[in-house]
Amino acid sequence: MTPLLSLRHVSKTFGSGPGAVHAVRDVSLDVTQGECLAVVGESGSGKTTLANMILGVFGQSSGEIRFDGNGLPVRRTLEHRSAIQLVQQNPLSSLNPKRSVGASIRLGLDVFGIGARSDRWRLVEDALEEVGLPGNFRRRPPAALSGGQCQRVAIARALACQSRLVILDEPTSALDVLVQARVLRLLEDLRRVKGLSYVFITHDLSVVRNVADRVAVFRAGKLVECAETRAIFEDPQVDYTRQLIGAVPVIADDELKLRESLSGGMPA
Amino acid sequence: MKRTIVILLRNPLSLLGAVLVAAVVLSAVLADYIAPFPEHRGAVVDFVHFNQGPTARNVMGTDLVGRDLFSRILYAFRISLILGVVVLAIAPPIGTLVGLFAGYLGGRAEFVLMRLTDVFLSIPPLVLAIAMMGVLEPTLMNAMLAVTAMWWPWYARLVYNIARSEREEGYVLAAEVIGASTLHITLREILPNCLPAIITKMTLDMGFVIIIASSLSFLGLGVQPPTPDLGSMVAEGARYLPDSWWLTVFPGLAILIAVFGFNLVGDALREILGADQ
Repeated sequence: MTPLLSLRHVSKTFGSGPGAVHAVRDVSLDVTQGECLAVVGESGSGKTTLANMILGVFGQSSGEIRFDGNGLPVRRTLEHRSAIQLVQQNPLSSLNPKRSVGASIRLGLDVFGIGARSDRWRLVEDALEEVGLPGNFRRRPPAALSGGQCQRVAIARALACQSRLVILDEPTSALDVLVQARVLRLLEDLRRVKGLSYVFITHDLSVVRNVADRVAVFRAGKLVECAETRAIFEDPQVDYTRQLIGAVPVIADDELKLRESLSGGMPA
Repeated sequence: MKRTIVILLRNPLSLLGAVLVAAVVLSAVLADYIAPFPEHRGAVVDFVHFNQGPTARNVMGTDLVGRDLFSRILYAFRISLILGVVVLAIAPPIGTLVGLFAGYLGGRAEFVLMRLTDVFLSIPPLVLAIAMMGVLEPTLMNAMLAVTAMWWPWYARLVYNIARSEREEGYVLAAEVIGASTLHITLREILPNCLPAIITKMTLDMGFVIIIASSLSFLGLGVQPPTPDLGSMVAEGARYLPDSWWLTVFPGLAILIAVFGFNLVGDALREILGADQ
């Protein structure tokens, strides 16, 4: 089976000469239909740069990105744009404070010409109901919703575009633990029902333990390990992965020690 | 909207501003009915009552050709407001568009648009207006044109700065990922977030436009006689101070009231709309 998304030797360099930043170096990985691939790494490890290249925010410096068997051009077609969508970290900033949440969801429908014009508000309400919100929420401004509800709206926006691959950029790290669990369950349900694929970007391994099929560990722009989630947790092959798994804070003292052991050796 | 009005009326200073602005606007709109001598706005001569101080017949006195000052001030408000409204109907949209595109697009567009804005900003406003009026004929129309030409760059600067910071917000990225057009992102996504600042500035500017327009007329470059204008009335009366004090004091007070009123309302709006963001 051809993977839905496939990266081959993808690199991204910002700037040139001695000041150049190699944000992503020679990364190859696949995401199959219906799979949830977690991309884990510290801040600055190139996770978001990777996401932006997949989304077409900017092009890669070298290498190839293929979607559904075809190469992805930097200038995306409408079809590619609707198929690959994004859910961002901060739900409050990802929704325009001056527009109703319904208008934010409807934008995708209008751009991609999904459904008949007169039918689109109903589709917006359907999308809201799919993420567990009442359809009449569409008239509300984001400020009238909680953080978790805003994140559901952001997920509804990605769904309404009829996306097949959703890039989840730290979708739960701005939410409190209980809401986090509910949003994760929603994402799981949607994946099962709709056959969606996820690229789940996070710095927190514990979050993906129950949702990811495979985990890709990034460090300083490089893919250091990529394996089944269980294998990563039970039998990590790389020291760095072991440290990341251990970095789940238990007691303050332990955390301090771990932080000390992690600092140093990490290129900026 | 309702909340805005309630807050506006609760603060005594804002309330004073609202009352002053309402008084100015009402006297301009209803001048035909309030003015005791509506015909005195034009070229009328009444040598029986010329250059008189305030009396029961003429509460603010009469000018050098016997016209009722109170009536003329009411009509002058009308001219000032028309000028302000026209300038503020043209300058902010131009400046806003320039600022939005420069701020959102960045790169070459930003360079060209903002350096052009800087050129306009580097010329002192009154000097620019005087130069324009020196070349053009001094009419109400050209006065509006001159004031507009010096006014839009301020809006370009204001909106540019907001647009540049909004560009980094997640909702702009979300719209870009969906593939919304530049027009949609600037006008429908970013512009609504600039509106509170623009509206506040417009209210404050109403007062400043009235001052600038009056300054132009004071220098003889604005509205021409016999059309009543606060600036030219002050200029005309200045020669007869302090004996015929009413010729300058009442038009001067009229300018003060209008500008002070709009500034108070503008300050109040800044607080209310700023808190909303």
